[in-house]
Amino acid sequence: MDVDYKALKNGGFMRQKQKDRFSLRLKVVGGNLTAKQLMVIATAAENYGAGHVHLTSRQGVEIPFVKLEDVENVKAFLASGGVSTGVCGARVRTVTACQGSDICPSGCVDALSLAQDISQRYFGRTLPHKFKFGVTGCLNNCLKAEENDLGVKGGYLIDWDSSDCFFCGVCVKACRVGALSRGQRQIYLDRQKCVNCGRCVKACPTNSWRGRPGYLVSFGGSFGNRIAQGRPIFAITEDREAVLKAADAALDFFTAHGQAGERFRTTIDRVGWEPLTKAVEAALAN
Amino acid sequence: MPTDLEPVATVDITDCVCPMTFVKIKVAMDELAGGAILAVRLNDGEPVQNLPRSLKDEGHKVLRLLDNQDGTYGLLVKKSEEA
Ligand code: SF4
Ligand code: SF4
Ligand code: SF4
Repeated sequence: MDVDYKALKNGGFMRQKQKDRFSLRLKVVGGNLTAKQLMVIATAAENYGAGHVHLTSRQGVEIPFVKLEDVENVKAFLASGGVSTGVCGARVRTVTACQGSDICPSGCVDALSLAQDISQRYFGRTLPHKFKFGVTGCLNNCLKAEENDLGVKGGYLIDWDSSDCFFCGVCVKACRVGALSRGQRQIYLDRQKCVNCGRCVKACPTNSWRGRPGYLVSFGGSFGNRIAQGRPIFAITEDREAVLKAADAALDFFTAHGQAGERFRTTIDRVGWEPLTKAVEAALAN
Repeated sequence: MPTDLEPVATVDITDCVCPMTFVKIKVAMDELAGGAILAVRLNDGEPVQNLPRSLKDEGHKVLRLLDNQDGTYGLLVKKSEEA
């Protein structure tokens, strides 16, 4: 019998060095698994693997040493416990996320639920090469947004209200990028310098700075053979829907212009940032 | 606008580094009654960027930040009434 290793790999069964043994990649979104799923995974590792799991660098779980003849059985067993197999190859991969504003005291946006929406919408979609999404809840950037093909980071859109300000100057000092300065009974904000971190909001004793949660999106990051930092195309947005529209445009751009086996960043460099920017802006204007 | 800004105690943390800066302020705070004002002398850089915020997170009220023009700052903090 001919074994279609490629099909197996696409379905998350990664060929090992050892003959007819596979490291089975599972579907995880934003690094969250229920206790029940973990128990099912543990049993699967005992019964079909070598009794251990491997945690990947992108919040994934793999069960190594699954035998070729057990491929269907292990899938069925995992499915019965609410665990799906993952994907590999040229498609949208695991969407990573931190715990975000639901759990983390620093959290600005709900990274996990956005990652779930992104995964729901794109997970497994075939593209010229692999494509990684990552969502991080604030500028502390624990999930390293800019190393993803498309990264999302929480930040604050800030506004100053002079009525309660008593010009203590704390915000000016709390800002690490020098975006704020103090005048005579006036605080000046240089929006060009502002990185939307929200430190001024948190430091102000009179709540004179208001911060509204927003999303900072970066494009074209990669952290593998080639290391490139993702870059923004548009300014911080409060609109969650805009993030998905921008992602739609980015994936369509990649599908239309990407050559097989080339990462998103390579496509952007070859075709140009200008057409990508235009495509994303057009999608946002809709 | 706070009216009475007379500190009842002063603590100088320009000679220590994080996390001792915060410990020293905490010790000084513990000796004060709720609502009393503490004056803190602190360095430019990390201390002035982070301490006002940490004190606010602890429930105290930052009243003033004064630039001493010598690389140090004076911070006036009103102790939380609950503490
Ligand atoms: S990125 Fe921000 S919200 Fe997410 S875990 Fe780190 S500190 Fe918390
Ligand atoms: S920290 Fe708040 S009160 Fe103090 S100067 Fe800035 S805006 Fe005004
Ligand atoms: S949000 Fe951050 S960068 Fe922008 S002014 Fe406030 S402290 Fe500075």
